[in-house]
Amino acid sequence: MITAEQKPLQEIFGYIAPYEKILVVGCNECVTVCAAGGRKEVGLLSSALRLHSVKAGKKLEVLEHTLERQCDPEYVDQLKELAGQVDAIVSLACGCGIQTVAAQYAIPVFPGVNTKFMGASESQGIWAERCMGCGDCMLGVTGGICPVARCSKSLMNGPCGGNSSGKCEISEDVDCAWQLIWNRLVELGIQDRYEELVAAKDWRPAGGGGPRKIIREDLAASKIITEDMA
Amino acid sequence: MSNFEPEIVAFCCHYCAYTAADMAGTRRISYPSNVKIIRVPCTGKVDAIHLMKALEKGADGVYVAGCLDGDCHFKNGNLRATAHVEKIKKVLEDLGWEPERVAMMYFSAGMGEQFAQGAKEFTEKIKSLGPSPASQTVGKAV
Repeated sequence: MITAEQKPLQEIFGYIAPYEKILVVGCNECVTVCAAGGRKEVGLLSSALRLHSVKAGKKLEVLEHTLERQCDPEYVDQLKELAGQVDAIVSLACGCGIQTVAAQYAIPVFPGVNTKFMGASESQGIWAERCMGCGDCMLGVTGGICPVARCSKSLMNGPCGGNSSGKCEISEDVDCAWQLIWNRLVELGIQDRYEELVAAKDWRPAGGGGPRKIIREDLAASKIITEDMA
Repeated sequence: MSNFEPEIVAFCCHYCAYTAADMAGTRRISYPSNVKIIRVPCTGKVDAIHLMKALEKGADGVYVAGCLDGDCHFKNGNLRATAHVEKIKKVLEDLGWEPERVAMMYFSAGMGEQFAQGAKEFTEKIKSLGPSPASQTVGKAV
């Protein structure tokens, strides 16, 4: 999932300072799971904004709403009525959701979270990066452990000299991805794969070729047909 | 502000602090009537939003009273509540409010006297802080 963390309150206060009525919008997807922008966090942030306005002696009305998903225009349409009542929106969705809202409404839309990375939960309250969306998944040859996301240098052919007792030189808390890969290959009895050299990675599908887009002709075509029928 | 009587909300665990409050009553130990008790099945059920809402609606102070360490009926609800209280303390600091307006306390069911003492001390602390910014503007809602 996409992970995020709430922005510092002071930054959010700064964004909304000129406005008297705002809408805080959450998303029921990834940011709910990583406890950054779901219904509960919308409530907490809204409450904090109200308490801050009271302390500052400032007039502020805060509306709250949480969408099923903020990165689909169909769901964001549901904000139409609320968006018409406010001066600005604070979105607690990931960057995708924030941009979808901003694209649909002609009022200022501010981020309430910092979108971090695509990660998995290690245990309750702890998420760690697992994927960088390189567009050409190589987990099939690395024992299910991603060197792109988990090696600090995204090395393709084994560890660098910074591996110390299985830890990365950047921190004792970071496992060397290539140590993990080697251990996994040994566990699976396929360590001979380690000797197969991986060619220099083409980073164009990873974003090096500009903003990426997926067009599923079958799905996009059926939408066109549906619209034509309507 | 000498005649300031704060409104205080206390979320009390059914299994310990609430029973301790009952014990205080049974033993005729008085504690300030400023403290309004909300009984909860476990303090782990008290979320950060409940503390914020209490403050937003005009409480001058809020505390959560749970079981002693290791005695939670549901294993670690009191530790969860402690984490929530700590989080809200940090939020209040960011807001420029006094973090002392929220607190976590721990009692066993037999600690009626300590419950009353905790209620008195917290009430005194809130009196010394004065009315919360919200209680002055939104009025008393508790």
